Amino acid sequence: MTERALSNAPHSLRFAAEGRGRSADRTLGAIGAGAAGALGLVLVGVAVSVARIAWPSIRATGAALVVGHVWDPSRGSYGALAFVWGTIFTSFIALALAVPIGLGVAVFLTDLGPRRLRKPVSSLVELLAAIPSVVYGLWAALVLAPLIRETLGPEPNVLGGVLFRGPNMGFGVLCASLVLAIMLLPTVASVSRDVMRAVPAELREGALALGATPWDVVRLVVLPHARQGILGAILLGFGRAVGETMAVAAVVGSRAELSLSLLSPAYTMSSVIANEFPVASSEIHVGALAEIGLLLFSLTLAFNIAARLLVARSTGDRAALRPRAGARG
Amino acid sequence: MTPELESAYSGRKLVARVATIASAGAVLLALVPLAAIFAFVVSRGLRGLSLAFFTEPVGVRGAGMANAIVGTIELVFLASAMGIPLGIAAGLYLAEYASTWLARTVRFAADVLAGVPSILVGVVVYATVVVRMKQYSAFAGAASLAIVMFPLVARTTDELARTVPDSLREAALALGASRWRTAIFVVLRTAAPGIRSGCLLAVARVCGETAPLLFTAYNNRFYSESLFAPTSTLQVQIFTYTMTANDDWHAQAWAAALVLVAIVVVLNVIARRVLVEREAA
Repeated sequence: MTERALSNAPHSLRFAAEGRGRSADRTLGAIGAGAAGALGLVLVGVAVSVARIAWPSIRATGAALVVGHVWDPSRGSYGALAFVWGTIFTSFIALALAVPIGLGVAVFLTDLGPRRLRKPVSSLVELLAAIPSVVYGLWAALVLAPLIRETLGPEPNVLGGVLFRGPNMGFGVLCASLVLAIMLLPTVASVSRDVMRAVPAELREGALALGATPWDVVRLVVLPHARQGILGAILLGFGRAVGETMAVAAVVGSRAELSLSLLSPAYTMSSVIANEFPVASSEIHVGALAEIGLLLFSLTLAFNIAARLLVARSTGDRAALRPRAGARG
Repeated sequence: MTPELESAYSGRKLVARVATIASAGAVLLALVPLAAIFAFVVSRGLRGLSLAFFTEPVGVRGAGMANAIVGTIELVFLASAMGIPLGIAAGLYLAEYASTWLARTVRFAADVLAGVPSILVGVVVYATVVVRMKQYSAFAGAASLAIVMFPLVARTTDELARTVPDSLREAALALGASRWRTAIFVVLRTAAPGIRSGCLLAVARVCGETAPLLFTAYNNRFYSESLFAPTSTLQVQIFTYTMTANDDWHAQAWAAALVLVAIVVVLNVIARRVLVEREAA
């Protein structure tokens, strides 16, 4: 920008502007460049440093870590499949709950809701993102888990099928997914609101002029037009769910199990790192945890990049891309 | 309108009405957990609060969380001292100095960094700082919080600096100001209210960050003696108490959650009010 402003300025001004405080200009430019470089460096540093800690484990077991399903550090057995499964299972159910509600909220905020309610609803939903995740964890462990235990009963197999097999302790996949769904909701809602808002007004007006009801506009114009961006919002939500640590660690039950039951305790990649990293003593154990971390890093990286590309394409501007200062971790 | 058209239209109007009600239902469903969490945090938190909560450390009988409160403030302050200036410098550089492709690349890196699970930041700081100093420390905790803040502040500064109209830059340059003067006294100043609220939001965010502190600042039942000793924070203390089966400790955790939520909400409200004022102006 300044570049352009400068090159457009008359020669003598350019000369004056460049002449004065040139060394100060260089110094400040260098400081800024250093700081900006540090951003990239930190990102690369995180990846390299996690990979370095993981190296003993990568050398010993390699990719077998991901397919092995027995995790027993005391016997030197490191299989992380149950953690990968737990992460994907809980995130998936959380999304299945959060996406319809989040889209409903987004549609309310852009097209269907009364105008004077939109702003307050929008800030209330964003308040959900401000609550720290330990507080979600506390609430889930002391309120939600007992609630699940009492309402579903100790053996709710009557509800049928694989999904509700086994004893109900309150802690487990269901509780973790519910709390994750609440935490994802603001992400899904506000990003899809942004992409829906970016649908050109002329398209909406055209449909209305042809006699469309507000719902017709949403169904026939807004949703098809914002499809990619909504997919981006969902992927962004998935990336968040996968990385979420504290709330999940508090209620997931912390048992490495491969089960399809919502009531079964489970374990996720992030929560096993949180629980075992400080107490891991052998180099291989620390390495295996870091290898799980590396996998987590790659997963969130892939989801985030895909999501950002989709959202960028669908809004055409970068505003919706800015990292949101919501609570995480 | 013919009667058939009329009835078809009223049918679609009915569907539209149902859809509107359904979307309002989604809003209600979204607000129920918000209300539930606030109700529990406030009611149970108030019950757990006492004078001792603010004056006594964790490790003493009939204890409070004074050391954890001090720890959180200390860590957030230190992290801000590192993360905010660095973030503003990087953001300003991206908006004012960097060539287009460089700016685009670094922006992308910042966005990706902001999406990295914060527990991994903890792992990295553990491996680079804690292992080297052979000590969990407030410094290590603050460093990981600073890493969390860094991309947030940089991107907010960058975005807001880019909304400053070029005419202001040109005016400054035409008056003979150098680039750095223009960047700092014109661009940064014009964007300052927004940047300030962006920083507040970043501070609010790290006030609640727990995962990166688990194995950096760790925990301490007493006041921490130095910046290079394990330090207790409200966040980690809440998690520790959550995982116990002790009612007194649960009461303490609720009280701590109330304090934490109050801090975060106040910071958010202040930050958003600045933003709203800016929009109105």
